[in-house]
Amino acid sequence: MRNEQPLLEVRGVGHSYGERYGCRDVDLDLWPGEVLAVVGESGSGKTTLLGALSQRLRLTAGSVRYRLADGTVADLSELSESAVRRLWRTEWGFVHQNPADGLRMHVSAGGNVGEPLMATGWRHYGRIRAASAQWLERVEIPVDRIDDPPTTFSGGMRQRLQIARNLVVSPRLVFMDEPTSGLDVSVQARLLDLIRSLVSDLGLAVIIVTHDLAVARLISHRTLVMKDGCVIESGLTDRVLDDPQAAYTQLLVSSILQG
Amino acid sequence: MITAVTDAFETRAILAVSGVDKTFTMHLQDGQRLPVLQELAFEVNAGECVALGGVSGVGKSSILKMVYGNYAVSCGSILLRAHGRAVDIAAAGPRQVLAARHDTMGYVSQFLHCVPRVAALQIVAEPLLERGVTAGEARDRAAELLTRLAIPERLWALPPATFSGGEQQRVNIARGFVTELPLLLLDEPTASLDVRNREVVTGLIHDKRARGTAILGIFHDAEVRDAVADRVVQVETFAATAEAAV
Repeated sequence: MRNEQPLLEVRGVGHSYGERYGCRDVDLDLWPGEVLAVVGESGSGKTTLLGALSQRLRLTAGSVRYRLADGTVADLSELSESAVRRLWRTEWGFVHQNPADGLRMHVSAGGNVGEPLMATGWRHYGRIRAASAQWLERVEIPVDRIDDPPTTFSGGMRQRLQIARNLVVSPRLVFMDEPTSGLDVSVQARLLDLIRSLVSDLGLAVIIVTHDLAVARLISHRTLVMKDGCVIESGLTDRVLDDPQAAYTQLLVSSILQG
Repeated sequence: MITAVTDAFETRAILAVSGVDKTFTMHLQDGQRLPVLQELAFEVNAGECVALGGVSGVGKSSILKMVYGNYAVSCGSILLRAHGRAVDIAAAGPRQVLAARHDTMGYVSQFLHCVPRVAALQIVAEPLLERGVTAGEARDRAAELLTRLAIPERLWALPPATFSGGEQQRVNIARGFVTELPLLLLDEPTASLDVRNREVVTGLIHDKRARGTAILGIFHDAEVRDAVADRVVQVETFAATAEAAV
């Protein structure tokens, strides 16, 4: 993994809402197989940063370069809309905080997982259904629920289904926005453990936004701390959490309730 | 990008700590500075076990955490030499530290940080799987260590969250000892163990040394320390003298 090139090279990235900026001057590199946590309180700009990196929000400053599966490097702002759509179909995933934003709530669970496969050209119904069933099993959803829509699922199951829908096409880069924060603590632990093992089995690169430092500690290699739209500290997750250098990071770490 | 990797090294030691200072700046207490270590220097060679000595609170754990990359180093260098290369952990970037943890150094903390829901056997086998050992062999080696550390087989399939403190610590030790890395850091590995298991751990440390592993550890128990350590690096109380100098 050491000699590889970065998957994502982010330089001076910013996004402004009119006069106000949501995030600015962000530099980062992300390598294949690496999990990067972006932490900070609400309003710190972490979700704006995720939006800007994933092209859901327009960059107002800086550049994001992405190494495609074929090895070429693309400046994301220069890619055509159809090329970006192709990235979403084949190389990228986005796990929303609210599963309803990432699922089709009135389509069956099997359909939710099968759809992305169909979008990449799968045609054989039996194979699509078998792959969907396999993924439901992998995210610990009973296969006999394959024909039920997510409206009938619990919050934890919906979130696991959203993860299956994202990972079924073997993406290379997955963005996650507070994937565990709407869930009960016991459900959170199960989901985190699932994300952790899938990420390492599949060698995914992940950028995960979370306000929960325990989540960052459990699944990320590196952590960025944001405040007022800027990155104020970054480094190895252990180092940032065990020996925080910035005043604000020390405040965040000292505010954790010890479990 | 900062490059902390060099091909040149003057020392044979696996670990060479030199001129290391550690000062904590506590921003929440009006930026109070808490100097803990100054001008720390020592080396650990292959096949040698070095104990860190000194009173409680003197910074022994901080030293292990700096070597492992959990704590930032205020100044000085921590040279880790293995596989024909040297890395200065004090200056290395996150990916270099992760690579050093993968290839060069292991760490047994005082407590097991459990991942919920993962079985004891899996927790011990994981470091081997991450290094490309086949699932079968990883399981066999994990089972062998758990047996040696007297964890009953009926517990192997259970997550250690419900185990006793001593059992958790033995799982933690098994996880730390299962890999063969050039440097092993031990933070009071025998703290919550009974006499019989202390002897098992002493034996494990002897085995590692005999295979050429360099070991740096904190051993509260004088008997264990005398049994395993080749020498003791005495960590001096520094805070008091620094305050006098200010």
